[in-house]
Amino acid sequence: MGRKGKLKNKLFLFLPISLMALLGLFLTFKRFYYGLGSVTNLSDAFPWGLWVGFDVVCGVALAAGGFILTAIVYLFNAERYKPVLRPAILTAFLGYILVAVGLLFDLGKPWNIWHPMVMYNPHSVMFEVAWCVILYLSVLALEFGSIVAEALKWKKVVNIFHAVAVPLVLTGVLLSTLHQSSLGSLFLIVPQKLHPLWYSSLLPLHFFLSAVAVGFATVILESYTSSKFLKRGLELDLLVDLGRFLWFALVVHLTVRWQDLFVSGALANYRPGSLEAIAFNLEMALLIGAVVLLTIRRTHRSKLGLFFAAMFALFGVIVNRLNVSIVGMLSDTQSGYFPAFSEIIITAFLAMMGFVAFFTCVHFLPIFPQEDHNAKAELKVQLSA
Amino acid sequence: MDSYGLLIDFSACIGCKACMKACKEANNLPGDPGDHLSYSDYTVVKQQGDVFYRQMCMHCLTPTCVSVCPVGAMAKSPEGAITYDGSKCFGCRYCMVACPFSIPKYEWNKAVPVVRKCILCYSRIKEGKEPACAWVCPMGATRFGKRDRLLEIAHTRIARWPDRYIDHVFGEQEVGGTSVLMISPIAFSDIGMRNTLPNEPLPNLTWTILRKIPNIVITGGIVVGGVWWVINRRMELEKENSNGKEGKVEK
Repeated sequence: MGRKGKLKNKLFLFLPISLMALLGLFLTFKRFYYGLGSVTNLSDAFPWGLWVGFDVVCGVALAAGGFILTAIVYLFNAERYKPVLRPAILTAFLGYILVAVGLLFDLGKPWNIWHPMVMYNPHSVMFEVAWCVILYLSVLALEFGSIVAEALKWKKVVNIFHAVAVPLVLTGVLLSTLHQSSLGSLFLIVPQKLHPLWYSSLLPLHFFLSAVAVGFATVILESYTSSKFLKRGLELDLLVDLGRFLWFALVVHLTVRWQDLFVSGALANYRPGSLEAIAFNLEMALLIGAVVLLTIRRTHRSKLGLFFAAMFALFGVIVNRLNVSIVGMLSDTQSGYFPAFSEIIITAFLAMMGFVAFFTCVHFLPIFPQEDHNAKAELKVQLSA
Repeated sequence: MDSYGLLIDFSACIGCKACMKACKEANNLPGDPGDHLSYSDYTVVKQQGDVFYRQMCMHCLTPTCVSVCPVGAMAKSPEGAITYDGSKCFGCRYCMVACPFSIPKYEWNKAVPVVRKCILCYSRIKEGKEPACAWVCPMGATRFGKRDRLLEIAHTRIARWPDRYIDHVFGEQEVGGTSVLMISPIAFSDIGMRNTLPNEPLPNLTWTILRKIPNIVITGGIVVGGVWWVINRRMELEKENSNGKEGKVEK
């Protein structure tokens, strides 16, 4: 039965995936042949939409688990968290590739994407963003490369990676700090256009602090997935600890955010019932909901409670990013932007490719620790020692 | 400041739209003059009550678009014009998002799109001519000249006919000043100009953060690296003690 069931499962997945891929490829052709206007609802009044707001701004936040976990394991030597290190690196790597591919779709002339490397303008936040994407993607490629090298049993390469692991991770952490915050800095330049509930001179700090929270949330979710896969995630007490970190990160973020809201008087612009108010409520409900779940002892100490807390935190930050990059920009521009069907499809297509790539990697590479592969385990011990 | 600029006097504009046509010709823009700024209309004349007014790039003295462009495709020329080099542009459209006047427009339906906006007829200025719109204006409502001189004229007119103008030269202070100056019989907020613009140039908002990057990298690197060193050293010592071995334990 097992085999037949698997085959059925595969077919069940294969059809929608290939349909989606066909549709995605068709729309990709349309986008590059007829221009951005043919597949998006972008306009002169609203030049950044779903692809910047979700694919890039949210995508980078969702990859935060990579720098959080490499920092914990390599820099703070908390080796207990090692079982979820690789899934986090893989997620971050694929996440950043998707960000880069998303950019290729969104940029008007993506073949010029290398221009920031030779045409300097250090006054531009976008210049910083471009460099961070390029450099951090390279760091992630090296971190991911070490996993591939291990799978191929290239001992020498593995040893080289091992030797440079700490400086590499340190570079990655610094780049992530810059990149996460710079996505907030992008919007510092639009004090008139971004709704006061989100505009703040502290945007880079808000983005960084919330990215740290997402980082912990992703790690909890990673572990949950890995336990589904291999029945061997982190033990509950480790998850509970991670939950504590998540709680702390969220509380710090929310404290800074609310302090900022009160001091700047932004709350005076809260109009109950308006789109902004609803979006703001949703964002806060999710983030505070996560804090509450992690404060109550019973939910904090159950796997399911932790799972939901992490999901709340994750979606809270996603809503925040969309609020900053899309919802908060609507009323001033009066453009009534809503993503076009094909815009959403391409985003979904890219996300789907990400999932396919993730599971392919899990299948062929030593991402989740497995006890039965002794040779691999040995190498892993060497690598991690 | 020796750069050029335009002075647009809305009280003198009769809405003939000659500037729009001249602009199209000078910049080879396709189609008939439209009713809003677009990739094919660098300037439009609009009407509010019985006042005609004009929209176009303000050519800021400390331009936001120039500061946000990651590849330096936008540049402020010494003459005052903000020019654009489409061959550098990679289409991030940050200039469109950031511009406080929402001036840059995009070619949404082209496979190889560029940003389009008024460049103050830069090649004409280079040849010693006026921008097409100023040159063609039959009423002298748009006037080309040194910005200092235009500012003087604007203030003189407002002082001489206080009932004809509101007491505000738009562009004198806004976002650090603009090369294009406007005087009007009605409030600028009534003709779609923001009255919330600070006098401080917007690029300062991001530069205050960006200039800290080297400090963040160096301080962050030392702090995080230091934490690693301390923890690592402790663990090494612990290992040494528990192993009872001498010498370095390889990490």
